Amino acid sequence: MGAAVNALLRKDLRLELRAPQVVPAMAIFAVMTLVVFHFALQRRAVAGELAAGVLCVTLLFAAMLGVSRLFVADREEGGLDAVLLAPVDRTALLVAKALALFAFLALLEVVLVPAFVVLLLEPALAAGALARLVLLLALADAGIAVVGTLVGAIAVETRARDLLVPLLALPLLLPVVIGLARAATPLFLPAGAGELPVRWLAVLGLYDLIFGLVAYALFDFLVED
Amino acid sequence: MDAVTAIELEGLVRRYGERAALDGLTLTLPAGATLVVFGPNGAGKSTLLRVLATLLRPHAGSVRVLGRELPKEGWAVRGQLGLLGHEPLLYRDLTARENLRFHARLHRVPAGRTEEVLDAVGLARRGDDKVHTLSRGMVQRLAVARAVLHDPALLLLDEPRANLDPAAAELVEPLIGAASGRTRVITSHDPAGGLAEADLALGLRGGRQELCAPARQVDTAAIGALYR
Repeated sequence: MGAAVNALLRKDLRLELRAPQVVPAMAIFAVMTLVVFHFALQRRAVAGELAAGVLCVTLLFAAMLGVSRLFVADREEGGLDAVLLAPVDRTALLVAKALALFAFLALLEVVLVPAFVVLLLEPALAAGALARLVLLLALADAGIAVVGTLVGAIAVETRARDLLVPLLALPLLLPVVIGLARAATPLFLPAGAGELPVRWLAVLGLYDLIFGLVAYALFDFLVED
Repeated sequence: MDAVTAIELEGLVRRYGERAALDGLTLTLPAGATLVVFGPNGAGKSTLLRVLATLLRPHAGSVRVLGRELPKEGWAVRGQLGLLGHEPLLYRDLTARENLRFHARLHRVPAGRTEEVLDAVGLARRGDDKVHTLSRGMVQRLAVARAVLHDPALLLLDEPRANLDPAAAELVEPLIGAASGRTRVITSHDPAGGLAEADLALGLRGGRQELCAPARQVDTAAIGALYR
């Protein structure tokens, strides 16, 4: 299965590199959302719970764009049929798509986190806090990637893809929102970054594990007729 | 079913909602033979190919392909099928060579085979061009290369010579023609040409099997009647 995952993932990354659609759209949307927060909240800086909430909402909404586009090239150009015709375990497609979305989210965060720090966050993140934030975002991204792949596979078969993705994904991702917001709050405290709460890290890890298993069980049925 | 039967359909039904796109198809095709499917637009030709390709599930009846029952044993035949549909199943922003290498990896085909089929369809020199820069005829030739890349036992060809000029059609003939030695299911709107390469002729209208007979027993008038 490793060779198939590798081939599928390389194809997705190459397509995004060749004709960038997903990452630039997510990054621009995220920065615009931060600007909107900047003005809508009527304050020059945010900290603590509010900062965690702003980061969490921005990431999640930007991720919806990536989920909507995840299977589009395959569906529009018929590539999905060709993949389904290959003697390849469907799980390889799930893993490759989830890894691709994870990579897109990581690239998005390379833009999102600095923009968040510059536009809204005060006090700025120390290096240690940044490393903890990266770990936290990786856990959140894994959950978004798995659920996003499931939802993307369902939505791509429908005409109302862009409507269906947030309607399905946002409720499913509420535990990620709760876990990420709660876990990130100590990093953004006005008095300086605190430790990550292990309890909420465990919640995010458990969510990733459970939805990984759910995705493994369901994905075959979603991509087949 | 014996070992030399490639396709066996018994009362195959496939619906889209309430409408039956295939309604009770029954036929047997020996290995190495060619079935040509005739019928007007919407008759169910492409649906039949997609059912045989394991991309659509039959809703009733039984389907056996290469000795395996579909959809239950679809996994066992997928690598032995080559589908050439209306869509080329190629990524527009990848080059011709990248597309074939991608499919070669999925089918665990040696990289050298990619160059072999590119050369066979006359696209070796355009191999590094993106698919969206190729003409429709070239894309169709590339789609033929993709369909035969893994040397499939059964070819499912939906109007395979569409978009091909006579020279290009001649070029792909060794790959998808009778000389390829593969079992073939071909859809066609050309009664004379279709019958010439068919062992078995199937006529569909509105999803129903209007005609199924050895090609030598069918004349072009009978095929023409399907379209009236």
